[in-house]
Amino acid sequence: MKSAKFDHQRTSSLEDALAALGGADGEARIMGGGQSLGPMMNLRLAQPDLLIDISRVSGLDGVEETAGTIRIGARVTHARIEDGEVPGVTGAYMRTVASGISYRSVRNRGTIGGSVAHADPSADWPSALLALGGGVVIAGQDGERRTSFDGFQTGPFATGIGYQEILTGVELPTLGADAKWGYYKVNRKPGEFADAIGAIVIGAEPRAVCGATESAPFRVPAIEEKLAGGVTELSISDARDMISAHDPGFDDYELQIHAVALSRAVGRAFA
Amino acid sequence: MADGGAADGQGIGARVLRKEDARHLAGRGKFTSDFRRPGQQEMAFVRSPVAHARLKSITKPAGHEAAVFTATDMPDMLPMRAPSRLPGYKAADYPALATEKVRFVGEPVAVCVADTRAEAEDIAQAVQVEYDELPAVVDMLAAKADDAPQIHEEWDDNLVMETFADDDFGKIADRATVVVKREYRMARQAMNPMEGKAVFAEWDDRADQLVMWTSTQVPHLIRTGLAEFLGLEQRQVRVIAPDVGGGFGCKALLQPEEVVAGWMTRHLEAPVRWIEDRREHLVTGANCREHHYHITMHATPEGRILGLDCDVTVDAGAYSVYPFTNGLEGAMAHGNLPGPYDLEVYRCRTQTMTTNKPPLMPYRGVARPGVCYAVEMTLDALAREIGVEAHKIRAMSMIKESALPFMSIAKKHFDSGNYAKSVEMVVDMIGLDEIRAAQNTPASDGRLTGVGMGSYVEQTAHGTSVFASWGVAMVPGYEQATVRLTPDGGLELRIGVQSHGQGMETSMAQMANEVLGIDPAKVTVTHGDTGLTPYSTGTYASRSMVMAGGATARACRVLAERMEIIGAHLLQCERAEVSVRGGKVVSGKGDVSFAEIGRVWYLNPDELPDDVDQGGVEVTMGYRPEPDSGAFTYASHACKVAVDIDTGAVEVLDYAIVEDCGTMVNPMIVEGQTYGGATQGIGTALLEESPYDAFGNPGASTFADYMMPGATDAPHFRIDHMESPSPFTEYGIKGMGEGGTIPTPAAIGNAINDALKSIGAEVNETPFTPRRVRAAIEAALKNRQGEAA
Repeated sequence: MKSAKFDHQRTSSLEDALAALGGADGEARIMGGGQSLGPMMNLRLAQPDLLIDISRVSGLDGVEETAGTIRIGARVTHARIEDGEVPGVTGAYMRTVASGISYRSVRNRGTIGGSVAHADPSADWPSALLALGGGVVIAGQDGERRTSFDGFQTGPFATGIGYQEILTGVELPTLGADAKWGYYKVNRKPGEFADAIGAIVIGAEPRAVCGATESAPFRVPAIEEKLAGGVTELSISDARDMISAHDPGFDDYELQIHAVALSRAVGRAFA
Repeated sequence: MADGGAADGQGIGARVLRKEDARHLAGRGKFTSDFRRPGQQEMAFVRSPVAHARLKSITKPAGHEAAVFTATDMPDMLPMRAPSRLPGYKAADYPALATEKVRFVGEPVAVCVADTRAEAEDIAQAVQVEYDELPAVVDMLAAKADDAPQIHEEWDDNLVMETFADDDFGKIADRATVVVKREYRMARQAMNPMEGKAVFAEWDDRADQLVMWTSTQVPHLIRTGLAEFLGLEQRQVRVIAPDVGGGFGCKALLQPEEVVAGWMTRHLEAPVRWIEDRREHLVTGANCREHHYHITMHATPEGRILGLDCDVTVDAGAYSVYPFTNGLEGAMAHGNLPGPYDLEVYRCRTQTMTTNKPPLMPYRGVARPGVCYAVEMTLDALAREIGVEAHKIRAMSMIKESALPFMSIAKKHFDSGNYAKSVEMVVDMIGLDEIRAAQNTPASDGRLTGVGMGSYVEQTAHGTSVFASWGVAMVPGYEQATVRLTPDGGLELRIGVQSHGQGMETSMAQMANEVLGIDPAKVTVTHGDTGLTPYSTGTYASRSMVMAGGATARACRVLAERMEIIGAHLLQCERAEVSVRGGKVVSGKGDVSFAEIGRVWYLNPDELPDDVDQGGVEVTMGYRPEPDSGAFTYASHACKVAVDIDTGAVEVLDYAIVEDCGTMVNPMIVEGQTYGGATQGIGTALLEESPYDAFGNPGASTFADYMMPGATDAPHFRIDHMESPSPFTEYGIKGMGEGGTIPTPAAIGNAINDALKSIGAEVNETPFTPRRVRAAIEAALKNRQGEAA
């Protein structure tokens, strides 16, 4: 299929992009790498009137580390993360996650900002970053605001980004040398979207995320409490009980693979 | 006498690099989508979003009335009709655009034309169609119910066709004391050639011809069908298959879009093009493999199989496809189910049901992946039940080498081979003893290891008598090839079959080399053009190398005789003193090059002898093996898998193949075809499925939902060959294009069940997805708890 007709506006600055968004007549969509929105438009599942291309906007493609925080620009590709541009233990975790996203050709174009803003429940970054902690940086007409990953994604393909706003980057905690992490994805074959994700990051506090659900990924406090208490193993049956408490609407098989993912993520964190 | 040029290492048996790869690897192939003409129009189809409905009305969008066409606008376009003479077969006409009813999601309802595909899709999106929805028949078993909705009102049920052969099981009752019953399902799939369907059509006034470039395996059949359904004379239709990016069977049939394109280019007086996209392909091309089995195997306590009793149901979809019908699959299931086994009794009923799904088409392996899976899985269940290694059951129950040629219980005339030997060899290759020893100690990653195998015997290159017995309208006869010497000593070889990945531009040139000794680089193989090649039913049924290759050999031999007459004259010696070898006419006195022969025939005929054959240096010969009941290829595959019992995920760790396709023309191509086929078999076994919901909506319309095997899913196949030439074909060649797909689901399923045997779980439905494997484990665990309680 070919996309429905749309206007395309290439912008070179954040101001231009925001102005285009403000002045749009009809539905406007921001496109970065285009690896998700492109296919959706070709299938006519998305039919925006205006496509605002930010793939050349300056200032959104950096990786900067300041005291305790790593800021990654929205335009940074999965491939750059896979190749190690994010420093330290945080970077090691992110390399692992990035290397499992689709195929290298997609990683060469797809961006972290695009993935977070697109908020596909089966994608890696929404779950992986919720487990890491930190949040997103969002620009609007009135300037920049920050919001934590906790509560940022509100549902499948739904986030707290307003219609007149653009996600400009993510800010992530710098994990210490003693931090532990484990990430486990259940999928049908390499490169496919996840059927289940378990993400565990034990930094300042343990965070455990159950991802690839019908809706937004969610933290599992019961697991976090266990980890805070020094537990280094999680049985599948315990994980099933703890996930079930969130009433995620899984059938038995979905519950099983999410439990396996979390159990194995814990196992990897302490391997 | 031509004795060929095998001595130069480029004839039969040589691993000649594929000639066609030079252009393909450089991206210089020319496919249907690469054609452009000024003023060409693009077509987009309005397709039914519902599985079963009466068409109430179609409203063309205002301002675009002239760009939208429905069946009402095209009264001179006839529905595709593919009858069969099989007893009781009910042929459902397949209208290229729906008329009164739609019968599957994706069925073309209207066609829109515009300068670009995107604009044509815009118009298609704006066409309003009112459907009066009817209950859909989605499942082939449910289709049998007395109160099932009626898909074709003029029928009194949903049964397309039934075959039945009974037998007296009392004959074996006292010996066959072990009886194993099982039920299996094989999922519906879409074939997925890299290139989807594509059509480019224009009317050539000078030639008074519809010229259609189309991505097909069977250009001559497309020509015949187009003429029939568009009301043209066949001389008025020329069909050209340029480079074709794979077919696997779905391009061996006339497609509605081809008929529509032929009509449209005449009507618009402009070239028209339709390029299928992958979503269209996955929705309208979900057309193969779907079978259901109730099977009972009767064996002695030692494991000698004596009888099979099977009820097969085939989901044939909504219509009969031209020309091979949607009944072929049931007929083939019936005849191939016993496989290589020497049975005393065989009872089989096949029921081919119509459903609200795309019409069934023959996919690489045709019915045999299903029957092999049902029989081989049951065989391993028998092995587990009596505690005997499954390979021993196979070896003791197979038809013996000494018995060949042999008429099987299903009336297949097996020609040559040693089936049990392939079992023995593949058991060694996979290292059964080592795997068994390792199974006693748990793997470090907690996964369970299993080993399984599958064997088959495959009818290939079957001819007139076989197709005539299936009652289809189009029966292959004598396959022809034309060879023509060029004035500078090169060779033009024209064949009516079509090469779309099989490497025939190379293997057919090797055949010419075998007879004439000519360098394959000097042979141009022309195929896929009805204007340039002899009529042929095309490429399917693993027939081309046997049939067109045999015809090539015969044409080359006659050409050699004619060149010998000219050569003997030029060498001033007797005819008996010369022979063609190494690309020359040779005698004790010297030799004459083919270029010299060509020069004399075409340019200096004053030097020709009086007894020259006036047919010249161009020869067409036909060929059909005798008997034409087919050359039977066979193979045994064995694999080792690891099963993650927590997730149900299966990984293929090792895969070994022993195959025998008779004389190999190019072993490298044989191996490539086998690896590709086996990879598709892995798709059937583990990944590929076109699911439907209760309303007949397809559940997989993109590759996000339809899982194809990729590089990461293909193991490093290990292959060994046996070569038992067929006594009935030129050079003993047997067909081998399809076989790789056949035993793979069985081998993988058996390996999974072997891994799960300690739990007592069995999978019985493809693909063996993690979800299905987990369900089998859960069921077995519950069963045990029940027993314990």
